[in-house]
Amino acid sequence: MRIAVCVKQIPDPAAPYELDPETHFVVRPEDQVLDDTDRYGVEVALQLAEAAGDDASVTLVSMSPSGSLQGIRQALAMGADKAVIVDDASLRGADALTTSRVIAAAIGREGYDVVVAGTESTDGYTGVVPQQIAEVLGAPSLTFARKVEAVDGKIRIERQTQAGYDVVEAAPPVLLTVTSGAVEPRYPTFKGIMQAKQKPIDTLTCTDLGVTADNQQVITSVDPVPARQAGEIVEDEGEGHLRIVAMLEEAKVI
Amino acid sequence: MTDAPWRTVDRDYLSDEHRLLRRTAREFVAAEIAPHIEAWEEAGTFDRDLYKKAADVGILGAGYPEEYGGSGGDVWTQIVAWEEIARAGSGGVGASLGSIDIAIPPILAHGTEEQKRRFVPPLLAGEKIAALAITEPSGGSDVAALQTTAVRDGDDYVVNGSKTFITSGVRADLITTAVRTGGEGAHGISLLVIGGDADGLTRSEPLKKMGWLASDTAQLFFDDVRVPVADRIGEENEGFYAVMENFQMERLMLAIVAVITAEVGLEASLDYIGEREAFGRPLKGHQVIRHTLVDMATRLTAAKEYVYRVADRISRGEDQVTEISMAKLFATDTSDFVTDRAVQIFGGYGYMREYTVERLYRDSRILSIGGGTSEVMKEIVAKRIL
Repeated sequence: MRIAVCVKQIPDPAAPYELDPETHFVVRPEDQVLDDTDRYGVEVALQLAEAAGDDASVTLVSMSPSGSLQGIRQALAMGADKAVIVDDASLRGADALTTSRVIAAAIGREGYDVVVAGTESTDGYTGVVPQQIAEVLGAPSLTFARKVEAVDGKIRIERQTQAGYDVVEAAPPVLLTVTSGAVEPRYPTFKGIMQAKQKPIDTLTCTDLGVTADNQQVITSVDPVPARQAGEIVEDEGEGHLRIVAMLEEAKVI
Repeated sequence: MTDAPWRTVDRDYLSDEHRLLRRTAREFVAAEIAPHIEAWEEAGTFDRDLYKKAADVGILGAGYPEEYGGSGGDVWTQIVAWEEIARAGSGGVGASLGSIDIAIPPILAHGTEEQKRRFVPPLLAGEKIAALAITEPSGGSDVAALQTTAVRDGDDYVVNGSKTFITSGVRADLITTAVRTGGEGAHGISLLVIGGDADGLTRSEPLKKMGWLASDTAQLFFDDVRVPVADRIGEENEGFYAVMENFQMERLMLAIVAVITAEVGLEASLDYIGEREAFGRPLKGHQVIRHTLVDMATRLTAAKEYVYRVADRISRGEDQVTEISMAKLFATDTSDFVTDRAVQIFGGYGYMREYTVERLYRDSRILSIGGGTSEVMKEIVAKRIL
């Protein structure tokens, strides 16, 4: 079973983000980390590969300025076998559709049975890239999986819904997206981290893939989140509870 | 605070790989250690399965050769693991997890291939716990005067005597023990690996300590304990040198722990002075407090720069006996100063058990005693520079 996992290196969420004032793109430092939501995708891929046996492979696919590759090495250290990075200056600020076409081309070039992705990235939040990759690849997409298993040659998931969950399955080739919390991602072990540097990382350009950036979307402006309004302080002179009940009723929570 | 001077010292020394190792160690500590510290400090020990968990993630084997079950890596690999465990703020957890780091190195440095394969892998796998036993009720710093005897009888030694202040002593399965096999002085000492289940070995109740509460510490009593000659590490009567050599890394470990203890104390204080108000303004608006914090930060940064510099030279195989003695002396003095000031800044809260600085203050106090006292450090330096 050939498993491709979509992963993204993002600026460390622990440090404040910077946006380029001209382009509104995220300023990407040399050191980026693995998007936390991708750890779930990597874990699901590793579990599928372990269940499938020795000839299964897990390949990371990413489109980003490579930088120090810290984030990619983090995912390799968890146990993925290799990585394919598309790093091309023309892709700076690529919109979701361009991103999807590029990643689909990279996955198609590697060959795949299953593509695993998180539901959305923590820095861009478009939330549409995985489904678009599935469309470009012509594969069914099983989305929002809270549980994944390979059964009788098919991939079966429990799709998280507001009411509960649906059980959905499809035969490979298939793409699936994994919700955060679906599995417990393993720590990269010390040995895994030290072995990761021996694992192959292929860097590709648009020319290698025969794709071109064709951005249809432009970020026209970015506005900060409005500051929170100050709360109302209720002085309690014996009647405070009545005011609180009234406020809760106004807010329609009781 | 990631750009603070004391937080940027490691940039000149750590590779990307070490930083990934640090991330794993930090996540491990957050998930497996931090939530339990209060309970473990109260219990005077921690769950035994922490050894197994730390082994599985590779922290226990950090820096040890893979052929004996280690994770591989170098001195910095170990330092990163020690630092993240120390950053949890419980010296006791670090001390007992780290007891293998003083018990194993003499075996790897002087043991036979058979001994290394027999003793080391179960320790690095977290299946067995190891301790180092040198100090005796009658003396610690003066290693050459130790009195526990091992008398040859056929293929065995018969060991009699007592060891005290032994970290992990309550539950150690293997005890690297310094004994007297020859005449008086440094030339009569050998190292034996003694099994925790040996007949004639008894242990005290856990010793009640000022700090390091989550670590189990015991006195050990050897009463005609038979130890196979095959379990002697290195040549007979040459153990003193192995003990001295082992101190180098133990002192580096203690210096690193001292630096991180001070760092946690400083950062807790920096948070606190922003929140706490006195006389109508935050504590950090008071010059006397500001200057105290600067003193703490300056000493810590200087200590850390120096300890890292010495660690770097050790990692390149240089003789650093003088320098590591100075580094331990300075770093432990710094952690005593910084944690003392931290308690002062926290005032009454700093005296309360539920505040981390109170624990740091108690945990710091042993660092200038264990692994060679500050007085012994000064004598080592004096002999080499005077």
